Amino acid sequence: MTDFINSLGIMLYATLIYSTPLLFAGLGSCFSEVSGVVNIGIEGMMTAGAFTGTVVAYFTGMPWLGFLCGGLAGMLFGMLHAFATVRLGADQTIAGTAINMLGPGIVIMIAKVLFNSTDTVPLSPTQKIPKLFSGVFDTSTVFGRFMDNVFANYASTYLVFIAVIIVWFVFYKSRFGLRLRACGEHPQACETLGINVLRTRFICVCLSGFLAGLGGACVTMTISTQFRPISIVGQGFIAIAAVIFGKFRPHGALLGCLLFGFCSGLKVVLGGSSGVSMHLISMIPYVITVLVLVLFVGKSRVPAANGKPYIKSK
Amino acid sequence: MKKKSFLDIVSENTFIHILLSIILGFLIGAIFLAVMGLSVGNAYGRLINSVTSLKGFSYVVVYSVPYIVAGLSVAFSFKTGVFNIGAEGQFVVGAMGAAVTSILLPDLPKPVLIPLCFAAAIVMGALWGIIVAILKTKRGINEVLSMIMFNWIAFYLSNFIAGIPGIKNEGSAEATKSISANASMLLPKDFIKSAGLAPTANWGILVAILITALIWIVIEKTTLGYELKAVGSNKFAAEYGGINVNRSILTALGISGGMAGLAGALYLMGMGNRISVFSSQEGFGFAGIVVALIGCSNPFGVFVAGLFYGALMYGGSKLNLEGAPTQLINVIVGTVVFFIAISVIFRNLKYLKRKTGKGKEAMKA
Repeated sequence: MTDFINSLGIMLYATLIYSTPLLFAGLGSCFSEVSGVVNIGIEGMMTAGAFTGTVVAYFTGMPWLGFLCGGLAGMLFGMLHAFATVRLGADQTIAGTAINMLGPGIVIMIAKVLFNSTDTVPLSPTQKIPKLFSGVFDTSTVFGRFMDNVFANYASTYLVFIAVIIVWFVFYKSRFGLRLRACGEHPQACETLGINVLRTRFICVCLSGFLAGLGGACVTMTISTQFRPISIVGQGFIAIAAVIFGKFRPHGALLGCLLFGFCSGLKVVLGGSSGVSMHLISMIPYVITVLVLVLFVGKSRVPAANGKPYIKSK
Repeated sequence: MKKKSFLDIVSENTFIHILLSIILGFLIGAIFLAVMGLSVGNAYGRLINSVTSLKGFSYVVVYSVPYIVAGLSVAFSFKTGVFNIGAEGQFVVGAMGAAVTSILLPDLPKPVLIPLCFAAAIVMGALWGIIVAILKTKRGINEVLSMIMFNWIAFYLSNFIAGIPGIKNEGSAEATKSISANASMLLPKDFIKSAGLAPTANWGILVAILITALIWIVIEKTTLGYELKAVGSNKFAAEYGGINVNRSILTALGISGGMAGLAGALYLMGMGNRISVFSSQEGFGFAGIVVALIGCSNPFGVFVAGLFYGALMYGGSKLNLEGAPTQLINVIVGTVVFFIAISVIFRNLKYLKRKTGKGKEAMKA
């Protein structure tokens, strides 16, 4: 029983830290997709955020400044995407593909200049995002250890859950949310009602870059301690998948991200101990996702104007 | 009729847009090099020198084959209105299909084994595409989502199969056994040596040429191609015209997946020789997307774009010798793709002329 509670605690801890970056990026993806702009550049924006966050934290010693700069770096690429897709009406998939090449390409080149290596120098514990409530729980008891595992977690994890609530509120209870959802469904109708579709979409794509950048920074400032070219491999795409899974709603994305986070955690916990092939265990989340989609979730309705450039004169 | 001015031609010709994008890509790359304090001339000189010698060019051709065929796979899907972001997974299962076939049946004669490996790769790739198509048509599941999932399933499946006893390398390497010599597409060793070609020189490029022509014929000259294109440009109109849209999506993803699978086999039997346990996705399918975009989804365009991409990849691997990071290639290609995305700015060049033209008239008056 004690072992079970311990494992459960570690499991939940792993789920939370692996879900956090996905969730930041997923919320970003929600903003962009729901306002009508396909953003497959999330991956590149996360890479930019991961690198910038680590580097700023390393040179200034201020993790929160690094975290913020990670977001801003993601936003820079978000602006590039917004400029191409919203301002110039470019094909959103092509522009996103470009971002996915430019993001890693540029930051790894900068890493080469700064560190003469493609990896950054590992952060010291004080340069990482701090953990909240560490040492609050009495780890000598089973229950205390469980609480310590689950709740003595990185501040970014707490932040992302607050962010989910805020984004949900913005989407469904604010004027801006109503507008951004309308822009993704019927931009022409919005325009006739005096909503500035282009500006709304521009803001949403920038926000999506900012959140993706924060997500990237979480990867290198909590789960690991340094940026490497393989820090972000596919998390951006998984975040997009989680959003489609969650039917383009922030609370749906929360579920999707927790599922993927749980499976990553499972991989870590089962890692050395069981005789089953690591590769098969790693496959589980993706198989489960497909099964869940087939059996329970079914159709995920894409916002009607998603992927279509809006050109004002038409 | 008024004679077309230079700017008119520039603003209307897609080929020129791509050329301009490529030039801009190299310009941005040069700026990065300059900022890093590296010699632009040395780096680009090395890039050009490394791909223009006979040996270098043979490397480029070898590198290009999988990119060309993967590019054709994605281009075909673009034509038919589906975005095959799953080419990555189809490539991986295709390569694994060919590898397993060759390892289990090593003694079959060359003329039997090679087509058999191709067939295994095509079937695996097509299967990977068709599963996604069935999920989409029967259950309405978003194909981008399921393709991303199947990319990862393919990735781990390949890693798993590479570790199965009998398939796994007998040495310490985390990889499959090498493929049978009868499945290898390499040119005869003596010929390679006497001609001074790359050690991995193979006849895969002939297959790539054949597939390019075949895809062009299917898209442009057959009823099937017409139907698929019709579904791609307007699903509802196509359905109204009596085309079975669901079957078209199935066929399109099947063909596209089969080609991505074949690209995997061509990579394995041409230059790979065995499949390693990957630590991250290899990116051939994603490269296919880029190649398809640079080639404007036109089969012949994709062929040239594949050679271009292969040249950058091979030349880029030599950049380290000049102290320039290999990542420069990603920046250049990323910039090229970005400018292709915003090629509307090239189309708008003619308005520039109209403005200055007006200016001139005003000056005359």
